[in-house]
Amino acid sequence: MTAAFETGFDTSRLATGFADPVLDAQAAFRRLLAAFSYVGRIQEVAEIAEIPAPLNAATASFCLTLADLETPLWLDGAAGRPAVAAWLRFHCGAPLADAPEGAAFAVVADPAAMPRLDRFAPGTDQYPDRSCTVVIQVEALSQGQGQGQGQTLRLQGPGIDGTLDLVVTGLPPWFAETWALNHAIYPMGVDLVLTCGRKLVALPRGTRIEG
Amino acid sequence: MTSGIGAAEPMQTTRAAIGDSDPDGADRYNYAYLDEQTKRMIRRCLLKALAVPGYQVPFGSREMPLPYGWGTGGIQVTASIIGPDDVLKVIDQGADDTTNAVSIRRFFARVAAVETTEATAEATVIQTRHRIPEQPLREGQILVYQVPQPEPLRKLEPREGETRKMHAYAEYGLMHVRLYEDIARFGRIATTYSYPVMVNGRHVMSPTPIPKFDNPKMGGNPAVQLFGAGREKRIYAVPPYTDVRSLDFEDHPFAIQRWDECCALCGAGDSYLDEVILDDRGGRMFVCSDTDHCGTRRARGHTGRLGADAATAAAAKPRGAAR
Ligand SMILES: [Zn+2]
Repeated sequence: MTAAFETGFDTSRLATGFADPVLDAQAAFRRLLAAFSYVGRIQEVAEIAEIPAPLNAATASFCLTLADLETPLWLDGAAGRPAVAAWLRFHCGAPLADAPEGAAFAVVADPAAMPRLDRFAPGTDQYPDRSCTVVIQVEALSQGQGQGQGQTLRLQGPGIDGTLDLVVTGLPPWFAETWALNHAIYPMGVDLVLTCGRKLVALPRGTRIEG
Repeated sequence: MTSGIGAAEPMQTTRAAIGDSDPDGADRYNYAYLDEQTKRMIRRCLLKALAVPGYQVPFGSREMPLPYGWGTGGIQVTASIIGPDDVLKVIDQGADDTTNAVSIRRFFARVAAVETTEATAEATVIQTRHRIPEQPLREGQILVYQVPQPEPLRKLEPREGETRKMHAYAEYGLMHVRLYEDIARFGRIATTYSYPVMVNGRHVMSPTPIPKFDNPKMGGNPAVQLFGAGREKRIYAVPPYTDVRSLDFEDHPFAIQRWDECCALCGAGDSYLDEVILDDRGGRMFVCSDTDHCGTRRARGHTGRLGADAATAAAAKPRGAAR
């Protein structure tokens, strides 16, 4: 919290974070744990009263739960507004990374313009955990087939009983191609969290995606 | 047993239970004991561990109010995930009523205000030492293992730098050679506990000192399996529906322990049995190591060889510190 005071922000005008920082973070983490356990299944986090645009509730919840002074955070052009940066510094204390390469977490609010996945840290062969988790805000997210809109991703891998279909609107056109490259360097690679409103879904590096 | 969270009760100072008023707040414990920054660090590690099943994620283990060997790694994992809506079960070698299990259960009832249970089916979080419950787990349940030694290759290679490379490049030949030497010497693989597994076709992992009887339960399980090693500062995980195979050879396939007898109390023929000495004249019986499983079966009317007498005797034996 001191970071915000040092940089002289008027904290009285900052959006609030979790109403109960301890128990709300616990509840939000359990949704994330479920998302990384039951891969491809959409989880819903609780609403947060005030969130600086353009962050959605799921992205805000992710940051409040996991980001802190040990996790450099990269914001894309759309997310990198002063109000967002101030809010993240105040509530998480996370340093902002200048480039995707140096980030432990990245927030992408405009996926159409996002860097390809190989710009984010994939970890090392001996420490594949030193990788980036990229949170991507998408237009729509639903389970199963036949929504008409969106791209159907057929998922397979750990955390999935057989195969699972996820319908996503708003991923960049090159997504499937770069995901295959990301999956190919397993156990290195980035993990993704797709968010939309209060919904989130995890796509860890070990997931095979057809679609 | 005179130190730690058992008899010595250092938790007297715990005014952390939520809702407690504590005007100065100076010596309060946080909810679930750990401070929020530690929880965040462990939570980040847990997600990485799930993303790379079987890979050991290093973490900054914290001092806990109990000695290593009491499951500090498992306790830190449980403390980082648990919330007031959870129902916690703690087992030690299958039993809910050992001093260790009772102490850990009380600890979390106190610092995290959770409900506790001995019934596997009712629990949302199960912390375990050396067993997987007999009752099949379901989606949404989380099994937290206490891990004394997370490195399956440690006996073959004492240097951490070397084992890390072996995992990085999937150089698991040594492990196979070791198992094959077992066969050459004993005609079979003699390892019965901590029998190594291959997870997701990529990482060799220690299942912790569970009997190899439990190994087949790890693969394709609908529940989440998390592993915490406090002294060695490692966290690893097996997500639901993940391929877990016990290492073996075509001509010597993996096989679990079998008993000629059934449980003397409940008659179960498919559970893991412990041998119990009855008297000094060589009398003995085999009973389920999973006390909840055995009790549930008996409550449903199942009876073993020694029937009601043995059940009464077992019930009369001294229980743990509580209950
Ligand atoms: Zn029995």
